Amino acid sequence: MNVLPHDPMVPVPFRIEKVRRDLSDTFTMEMVPEAGGDFAFRPGQFNMLYVFGVGEVPISISGDPADRSVLVHTTRAVGTVTEALDALKPGDVLGVRGPFGTAWPVEAAFGHDLVFVAGGVGLAPLRPAIYQAMAHRERFGRVIVLYGARTPEDILYKKELERWRGRFDLDVLVTVDRATGKWGGNVGVVTNLVARGGFDPLNTASFVCGPEVMMRYAAAALEKKGVARDNIWVSVERNMKCGCGLCGHCQWGPHFTCKDGPVFRFDGIADLFQIREL
Amino acid sequence: MAKAKRDDVAVTVLDKDGLGDFIKNLRKSGYQVFGPRRDSDAVIYDLIDGADDLPAGWGSEQKGGHYRLRRRDDGALFGYGLGPQGWKRQLYPPRQKLFAATRKEGGGFTLAPPAPPDPPMAFIGVRACELAAIARQAKVFGDRDFADPGYQRRLAEALIVAVQCGEALDTCFCASMGTGPEVKAGFDVKLTELIDESRHVFVAEAGTPRGAKLLKAAKPASPADIKAAAQVVKNAEIQQKHLDPAAARALAANPEHPRWDQVAARCLTCGNCTMVCPTCFCTTVEDVTDLKGDNAERWRKWDSCFTTDFSYIHGGAVRTEARSRYRQWITHKLSTWVDQFDETGCVGCGRCITWCPVGIDITEEAAAITGQGRN
Repeated sequence: MNVLPHDPMVPVPFRIEKVRRDLSDTFTMEMVPEAGGDFAFRPGQFNMLYVFGVGEVPISISGDPADRSVLVHTTRAVGTVTEALDALKPGDVLGVRGPFGTAWPVEAAFGHDLVFVAGGVGLAPLRPAIYQAMAHRERFGRVIVLYGARTPEDILYKKELERWRGRFDLDVLVTVDRATGKWGGNVGVVTNLVARGGFDPLNTASFVCGPEVMMRYAAAALEKKGVARDNIWVSVERNMKCGCGLCGHCQWGPHFTCKDGPVFRFDGIADLFQIREL
Repeated sequence: MAKAKRDDVAVTVLDKDGLGDFIKNLRKSGYQVFGPRRDSDAVIYDLIDGADDLPAGWGSEQKGGHYRLRRRDDGALFGYGLGPQGWKRQLYPPRQKLFAATRKEGGGFTLAPPAPPDPPMAFIGVRACELAAIARQAKVFGDRDFADPGYQRRLAEALIVAVQCGEALDTCFCASMGTGPEVKAGFDVKLTELIDESRHVFVAEAGTPRGAKLLKAAKPASPADIKAAAQVVKNAEIQQKHLDPAAARALAANPEHPRWDQVAARCLTCGNCTMVCPTCFCTTVEDVTDLKGDNAERWRKWDSCFTTDFSYIHGGAVRTEARSRYRQWITHKLSTWVDQFDETGCVGCGRCITWCPVGIDITEEAAAITGQGRN
């Protein structure tokens, strides 16, 4: 059962069960509907999270879509509402509207190599798709996760990445913009990892999520490798206020990012990516 | 008797008193009746008590950045053209409460939906372009994946009395947009004001059974009345401004046209055009709490794509320059709206021209950017 109410503008109360600090400014919350019930979503979708009296923010869902008993959100505290979210503790209640938006087409990518390219906190919206792909691991050729963070201290889901890297059926490459401490790994932009290849470009689907400039370069690197535009998907961020195409804020050319996106197939939006201040 | 069957298309004639009774009956049946009334120096749509509130003998002079009421010598009740605001003010109020949240003892909070709806509304004097605007907003608020239940309810309940225009303003271009001046659909009752030396009457045609019921007692119109009404609307087809909606589709394909800088140099980014536009639908939300912080409310408010805040994401606004914001507005209105809703977002009412403080003219800008000559 899904908990989306009839009026898409009225949130549903969820109770926070666990909070884990991922990075100095980034945290992951697990929550359940206060009135009971499940929460179903597709990887790549987002919710509007409401903090009592403060406001609402769009946050992508970062848990496992196969587990409907708990809703997982990873958030970076960068503004008033996300900072208020950061102050919430287990037992506290917040409002949830959603899920909204389009999904990473994991099932449509069956039979392909699958390349995830993530930058920074952009790994969070991709994680449900990685979970889903690994649940159907036998349906793919190679599965590769390419991840770039600013510094080793900014690597999100570090333990999980290490666990994934220990698997024989998943390739994980991590790079940082700037090496600090004892970092002995890759240094440079995530685009460099795309250039290394290791996938069959003519039979690859790629899901890309990170800052817009990173996605532009990553898509270009994938194209240079020979991956067709219609096999690349990106997740676009705009100012989403209602989440359901009624408020107009997130318009990007002809698209309502909240419902025509956030996940777009690259061939449909490559031109928009080139227009400044669109 | 045979006529009774045709009740839903009955054409009748009302005199001024008849129109007054008609409005009185609406109020008696529980409608909040909104219609044009003169309020200081403008004609606005507001609650009216009866026909006496209608702006008898007032016309308006409108051009880019200019609106003046003018006395008319014919005493017309519907001769004022268009006021600053369309019916979205009634159907889609500038401020709407979305919910109230109250802290519970022991943690958490409850959410309550907004207050029960107001009584149904009746609109007197809806122009053809405004009917088109209502239909476009109705599509935005419920044609696809998500609906705005409040909007849909208000519209479904509203009784619409349309009025055909007898003349165009200098800012009108409904004829090019295919939305007017003739009122063709979407009304309960359609009025056409007929004034000559001998009489001042309203040809009233029902568009729905509920409209027909309201006209049941009225005198049937003669063939001559019906012909005269058709002639009235013909006069309004003569319009100064033109816009080619098919050509304007090309706005989205011209994001780097030099004209954007030129219009941005004039545009004050005040957002007036978005406030008076009868199809502009963008809103923002505002969260408020009481002083103790135990009660919170969330309100939806009209917003404008001309504010920098409109496109804010962490790190800053997407559209920082006036050029980008004007481009967003007109491109959405005339081009990407078609991608989204299979029709244009402009109905040709010309309000954005009149109420632009510097008189920027949507028809001129569209023509300049899509490579058409001056209209």
